[in-house]
Amino acid sequence: MTIMEPRKHGSASDGLVGGRLSRFEGRMKITGAATYALEYPVEGVAHAVLVQSTIAAGRVTSIDTSAALAAPGVLLVLTPEDELGLMTASDWYGNRPENQPYFPLPREVSYNGQSIAAVVAESRELAVEAAKLLRIAYDEAPRVADLYDPAAGKGKLMENLSAGWGDAEAALAASPVRIEAEYSTPREYHVAMEPHGLTARWDGDRLTVWEPSQWTHGMQRNYAEWFGLPLENVQIVSPFIGGGFGSKGVALAYGAVAAAAARKLGRPVRLALTRPQNFTSYGGRAATRQTIALGATEDGVLQAIVHRGFNETSTYADVPEQTGAATPILYKVENFSSQSRVVPVNVVSPGALRGPGKNPSAFGIECAIEELAYKIGMDPLELRLKNYADHDYQSGKPWSTRRLREALTEGADAFGWSKRSHAPRSMREGRTLIGWGIGCGTFPVLRAPSAAMIRILGNGRVEVVSGAIDMGQGTYTILAQTASEAFGVPVEQIDVVLGDSRLPGSAIAGGSMLAGSITGAVHKTAAAARDELIGLALNDPMSPFRDTGANTLTVSEGRISVPSGEGLSLDLAELMAALGREEIEVTRNTLPDDAQGLTDQNNAWSSMARVQGPTMGDYSMHSWCAHFAEVRVDEDFGTVRVSRMVSAFDCGRLYNPKMVESQWRGGIIMGIGQALFEEGHVDGRNGRTVNNNVGDYLVPTNADIPDLQVISVGVPDYEASALGGKGVGEVGIVGVAPAIANAVFHATGKRIRDLPLTLEKLI
Amino acid sequence: MRDFSYSRAASLEDARQAILQPGAFVLAGGTTLLDLAKCGVTEPETVVDISHLAGLDAITVDEEGVTIGAIARMSAVADHPGVQAAFPAISESLSLAASAQLRNMATIGGNLLQRTRCAYFRDPAAFPACNKRVPGSGCSAIGGVTRNHAVLGVSDKCIASYPGDLAVALVAFDAVVDLGARQVTVEDFFLPYGDAPEQETVLRPGEVILGVKIRASAAGMKSTYLKVRDRQSYEFAAASAAVGLEFEEDGVTVRDIRVALGGVASKPWRARSVEQALIGKPLEAETVAWAARLAMDGAVSYSDNLYKIELAPRVITRAILTVGGLA
Ligand SMILES: Cc1cc2nc3c(=O)[nH]c(=O)nc-3n(C[C@H](O)[C@H](O)[C@H](O)COP(=O)(O)OP(=O)(O)OC[C@H]3O[C@@H](n4cnc5c(N)ncnc54)[C@H](O)[C@@H]3O)c2cc1C
Ligand code: SF4
Repeated sequence: MTIMEPRKHGSASDGLVGGRLSRFEGRMKITGAATYALEYPVEGVAHAVLVQSTIAAGRVTSIDTSAALAAPGVLLVLTPEDELGLMTASDWYGNRPENQPYFPLPREVSYNGQSIAAVVAESRELAVEAAKLLRIAYDEAPRVADLYDPAAGKGKLMENLSAGWGDAEAALAASPVRIEAEYSTPREYHVAMEPHGLTARWDGDRLTVWEPSQWTHGMQRNYAEWFGLPLENVQIVSPFIGGGFGSKGVALAYGAVAAAAARKLGRPVRLALTRPQNFTSYGGRAATRQTIALGATEDGVLQAIVHRGFNETSTYADVPEQTGAATPILYKVENFSSQSRVVPVNVVSPGALRGPGKNPSAFGIECAIEELAYKIGMDPLELRLKNYADHDYQSGKPWSTRRLREALTEGADAFGWSKRSHAPRSMREGRTLIGWGIGCGTFPVLRAPSAAMIRILGNGRVEVVSGAIDMGQGTYTILAQTASEAFGVPVEQIDVVLGDSRLPGSAIAGGSMLAGSITGAVHKTAAAARDELIGLALNDPMSPFRDTGANTLTVSEGRISVPSGEGLSLDLAELMAALGREEIEVTRNTLPDDAQGLTDQNNAWSSMARVQGPTMGDYSMHSWCAHFAEVRVDEDFGTVRVSRMVSAFDCGRLYNPKMVESQWRGGIIMGIGQALFEEGHVDGRNGRTVNNNVGDYLVPTNADIPDLQVISVGVPDYEASALGGKGVGEVGIVGVAPAIANAVFHATGKRIRDLPLTLEKLI
Repeated sequence: MRDFSYSRAASLEDARQAILQPGAFVLAGGTTLLDLAKCGVTEPETVVDISHLAGLDAITVDEEGVTIGAIARMSAVADHPGVQAAFPAISESLSLAASAQLRNMATIGGNLLQRTRCAYFRDPAAFPACNKRVPGSGCSAIGGVTRNHAVLGVSDKCIASYPGDLAVALVAFDAVVDLGARQVTVEDFFLPYGDAPEQETVLRPGEVILGVKIRASAAGMKSTYLKVRDRQSYEFAAASAAVGLEFEEDGVTVRDIRVALGGVASKPWRARSVEQALIGKPLEAETVAWAARLAMDGAVSYSDNLYKIELAPRVITRAILTVGGLA
């Protein structure tokens, strides 16, 4: 069975796991050969545009659609009046409320920019113009614009996120040295280069959705449940994704609207969000505030950490942005207390944005630790090493691997940290103040089961087939490397087929868990396929190896041979021909034996139910990093430029260092943007994010990014994954913002505790 | 669909006639016009393309000065060695503007006529009130997010800032806009807002900008454009200054000085009070810093943009000290 056209990849110098191969699909992307979701030629497609609320809270009382319906080319207008017949889908963990209808265009307005209507027309341009003709009347209700709105209140305590041991308050009170401060981060957005959108087509009761996806099986389930379809009737196609950063993990309201419109019209429908709609159709990183109090001895031994965090959430879901995520595990501390609260405001439900929780959490604790260092006059590097956590004080478990010490010391050497002068404002060139700072980061190892298929073809090529996705992080490439190593065929002979929910299920490309999970499944499957081939070669009556008397065979460099190296040796195509086989297909997964039933499998691929957290085994498992930043601050203008960064990482074994370094650098670049520019500007009067476009919501340009030196200090961690790697995708952003904020303090003597570090805060 | 017609002007005269029609706009590089059409701020019925008209892209530099045709591209002007020698500030104001792609597309005439980046101006669906778009409807920015709004030349009708860089450099050197039938200094070309923020320039119906002329000056040759912003590139100015300086023979006394400000005012802002305070005085750091503050006389802020009142004089000071060899 050929499921999809296989894709070829380029040649490689070292195809095995650990080789520095270039990206398999890179040339296709650069030359425009890669087709993205909104580019698929679909015959007869109609175009939908969304109409969004311009108030923060209230009710839609009426929408006059007459003028829009009369406009040329208009096929359909959907409003809250329309019964779309959808049911609420399961949450992340697979829990589903019973008999709960789902309204992707709700009448109740919970935030400014919420979709409340859609117009479908023969062309996008016609739909855009007709959409302007809708007359919408609202009944406005009082709104809470953001975390700082006087009406916001203290929110709800998230009991499940509270952590504590020892007696933090008492130990803090008894500490000879104390610091306490509040740190805050603003609303931040994913701004992936590829905007969200989809094309939906029905063929009878089968739905095909071309949509960028970080998780084809999860989204397949979303659509199937909304529309009451068996899973297999929904196909999500997503071979290429133009960046997701956490925003493309689940199907969203606009997807339901497009698919419902397609069903109503009996025609395929394409819906592309405008850039401003990308700011409100799904949530970015919630704004956070946290207070941190540290107690220590005069010589810098931490005695207590007390953390209290708040983040904004929507009025309809309690989404934590856990500012206490990194706080308990970075340092050795015997007395600890952390609480997190969510504060409902009129905003779209926040989402997961690269390094959720850990990122703002590290901003707090990593700034606080440097504040303590300056208070007691100690080198911040020395203070960190002095309070090095020998085990996980929260879970009480040993680390599987933790080379944060090496990250700190080797990073410091590469950076030249020993040449630092301690006093703030002590390094300058003319009007430019220079400062150095450190920020540590961490991200938990999450593990999830995955499946994979290996197909050996008559022409000797080997296909790796999985529903996993590649959004630029390198899945295509590392799976070819993994199969190459496990099977014994060179990567040039391997094709990788990904990004389709009809293919074997996989972990989400999120929570930095995909690579570790899917390489395990592919490795297992490729080894099984090799064994199956060897079995056939030894036992099949047609096999020429039957006469060699060998009782085992080797597969290496794409050749199957008797072990001595002297006897018979065939390449895969020759053997397949001799066996008279067109193809051999082997599928395996990494689910336990008692979960191999169809329901268990479907659940595993489409929910988080089987994801294992970092402390679910005997160890506490995390990736670690230490960033060293140099900034140059113009004394008169307050402008901050990052002039140098060295970052050292412990992510275990690297399956492809080139790809990993690019992930790390991408995270660091995003962290520089977060530190210096990124901030949703919310109009307090109507809760609208007014800089909802890339001209006004700034992300870094090339000119803002210096040379980024990245160093790996990790060792293989076989507790964390089958091949020894730990997550690499998110840890890179964690700790960057505090490293820069700390460097800015060192440069200027000004401690800025609210991101971003824009010039008006420094003049 | 909102159809609009496109016509290629056969000649300048043809273009002048064509844009007299209601809803007709000149199309040059299109980087402002298209952008505003997409936001729903401008709804052209007809666009009249002048981007190919022969001779209108000429750049000439002689002892008299510099003449730049209206459809010369920003990048061509920025990179022109004659412009770089005669008016470094003009070349720099262009190369520090927008992005390489935009500079390759955008023209000098269009650049002068770019419109404010006020977020409320650009979002008609969510903010119907905007005196600049709909006279008399009110100003949504006042009381909203005003980090990039102006502090000089504002009124209670509108506090939008003029975002462009080039016009700031031009205004410093008394450049003249060539409208064919008449010549208007850049300073007079832009109107202060006062009561009619919708009126931004003195351009009359049917008038096409032919180009700009800048008389050569010693101050022009010793000039710089300093643009300050959070992002290193591709961002409008938080505050900018175009400065030109000429010393007396003694090499310390100021004979002629030009100071103009960007990013902080409703129009390209000539800071004559700063110039007057420095002419005839020896150039010294403290004097300059003191004089630079005069530029902020009459400044009005709405908290978010208060920093500009502090920042702008520092930008002026640095720019002057830089051209004066003291920075
Ligand atoms: C993302 C972004 C960032 C930018 N950053 C900067 C920046 O940092 N600094 C900066 O200075 N600018 C910046 N710009 C603005 C840019 O410089 C202008 O868009 C550009 O210069 C306009 O020139 P154009 O030829 O494309 O004008 P067009 O869009 O063709 O025209 C603009 C307007 O002028 C009219 N017009 C054009 N030519 C004539 C003429 N000869 N006579 C009469 N009317 C005419 C048109 O009818 C239209 O109304 C930025 C723009 C964008 C989109
Ligand atoms: S500042 Fe001017 S442009 Fe902005 S909303 Fe007010 S009137 Fe409109």
